[in-house]
Amino acid sequence: MTGNRLTRYTLRTIVLVYLGLLIVWPVSLVAKNAFADGFGTFFDALTEETTAYAFQLTLIVAVWAVVINTVFGILISLLLVRYTFPGRRALSALIDLPLSVSPVVVGLALLLAYGGTNGWFGPALEGAGLQVIYATPGIIMATAFVSLPLVIREIVPVLTEIGTEQEQAARSLGANAWQTFRRITIPAIRWALVYGVVLSLARSLGEFGAVKIVSGNVVGQTQTATLVVEEKYQNFEQTAAYASSFVLAAAAVLALIVVTLLRPGHSESAETAGATATPLRTEKDPA
Amino acid sequence: MSIEIAGVSRRFGDFVALEDINLSVPTGKLTALLGPSGGGKSTLLRIIAGLENADSGTVEIEGTDATRLPARKRNVGFVFQHYAAFKHMTVARNVAFGLEIRKQPKQQVAERVAEMLRLVHLEQFADRYPSQLSGGQRQRMALARALAIEPSVLLLDEPFGALDAKVRKELRDWLRRLHDDVHVTTVFVTHDQEEALEVADQIVVINQGRIEQIGTPDELYDQPASDFVLSFLGPVTTLGGRLVRPHDIEVTTAPVPDAVPGTVTRWTRIGYEVRLEVTPTDGGEPILVQLTRSEAVQRGVSDGAAVWLRETAGVNGAHSPVPA
Repeated sequence: MTGNRLTRYTLRTIVLVYLGLLIVWPVSLVAKNAFADGFGTFFDALTEETTAYAFQLTLIVAVWAVVINTVFGILISLLLVRYTFPGRRALSALIDLPLSVSPVVVGLALLLAYGGTNGWFGPALEGAGLQVIYATPGIIMATAFVSLPLVIREIVPVLTEIGTEQEQAARSLGANAWQTFRRITIPAIRWALVYGVVLSLARSLGEFGAVKIVSGNVVGQTQTATLVVEEKYQNFEQTAAYASSFVLAAAAVLALIVVTLLRPGHSESAETAGATATPLRTEKDPA
Repeated sequence: MSIEIAGVSRRFGDFVALEDINLSVPTGKLTALLGPSGGGKSTLLRIIAGLENADSGTVEIEGTDATRLPARKRNVGFVFQHYAAFKHMTVARNVAFGLEIRKQPKQQVAERVAEMLRLVHLEQFADRYPSQLSGGQRQRMALARALAIEPSVLLLDEPFGALDAKVRKELRDWLRRLHDDVHVTTVFVTHDQEEALEVADQIVVINQGRIEQIGTPDELYDQPASDFVLSFLGPVTTLGGRLVRPHDIEVTTAPVPDAVPGTVTRWTRIGYEVRLEVTPTDGGEPILVQLTRSEAVQRGVSDGAAVWLRETAGVNGAHSPVPA
């Protein structure tokens, strides 16, 4: 170990104070304010019709976004790891784009492409009876966009590490492509997958910027939980805003707890599942 | 013949992995594909298994043309160097995998798994996970898994390559005994000539994508078709302009006709064996000689002694001149 006790304790103190001032204290204030007028008020604020609807919508959107990201996340990860093709590195970089681009920009981009009156696909889709922008499909798309990399970045390192020998063995034992995928590939990446799903669920519940643009923020129709928080806050309904915020924060904390509990339980794949966003080739000798 | 390979070629870009391979693998025998790394032997094995496609040529398994057949329909057992254990399944489930895919009745699967685990001496490990097994145990599990489906042929790709020397030796003996019991046509890839000589009924020497020679271990060792085979199968040295084995050299301390005179410049003893380095009197590369310790003592060969070397009479060495 490096450094003496003084350095060690100084470092710890600095980190704890920093995290305390930046994260723990502000978030705890949200909890405090949410229950400032008692549990009854907190409960009333949440069960109020438009708020309850917003949470329901948020849940539906988050579940769809996670399902879509899981399916496409697995497909894209397999493509990235198992095949070499021109533009593979470009694709890999592109997948990180949602992490670096501001969600507001994502919202505007979707609006331009799928807008009902002058978007590229919007009028055609609307003619076919599918309204994207200012409706649930648009909100799902925006949410899926921003949480796209989370599943992929968890799966890719694990897929790289397990290699293809187990799958080849399954094939030589008579398994077809689907059987191999279901019985060998999926179980091998399952913890990374769960981890990615939980992260992307947490991210989806909390998305604000992109959703605000594409949803139109119509109360009782396209208003999600995060949008409720903003509106209530601006309308000086502080307690209601804090109550909704608290639920969103609690969901995120719960997700992190789930992930933390999952981690130590799977010793073989823990080291890779835990290492996020490290698409480095780790040739581990199984001997 | 169990496997018939005709005119098989395979390239990876500019690299020729295999070129016009023709090979018959006899039924019920243990055949070794022996050669240096990168020589194409693993590629050939994978082509037989259907895990790799040939650019041209045909593969026939038990009289059926398998060239276009996917791996899962070839009914071959394949064992990988790094075991390819299904890490999320117990040993028993690993062995049962191929049978479950074939939708065999549960009872039948359970019986077959038990039988296979007995065969590879892993009965007491049935409920363990691969991570709880040693390398040798994992490889035996992989072998049981491959044999459980009653494959037409068993293919092993450097099966003992990842194991330490002692386990390697044990598993090698065990594989030979297992094969004597089970009699499944087996092809295994190795770069270890000792392993091939000890275990195989037939050895196919492959180098740079071509077959150098096919024969029994004795044939290959005693009548190598080329200098490559001679030097790959065992140690060689140059005596009087010819490649010979260091243990096929007769050492005398008095002049004899047709012998090369020299001086012992190095004398190393390894257990029962004595290795000499003899520098010829007329100059040139030192000649390596292997003797047993008792021979060395009897003949009075010691460090710095003047000696005369000639090939031991009646040995079927490869009497090929050293290429200029």
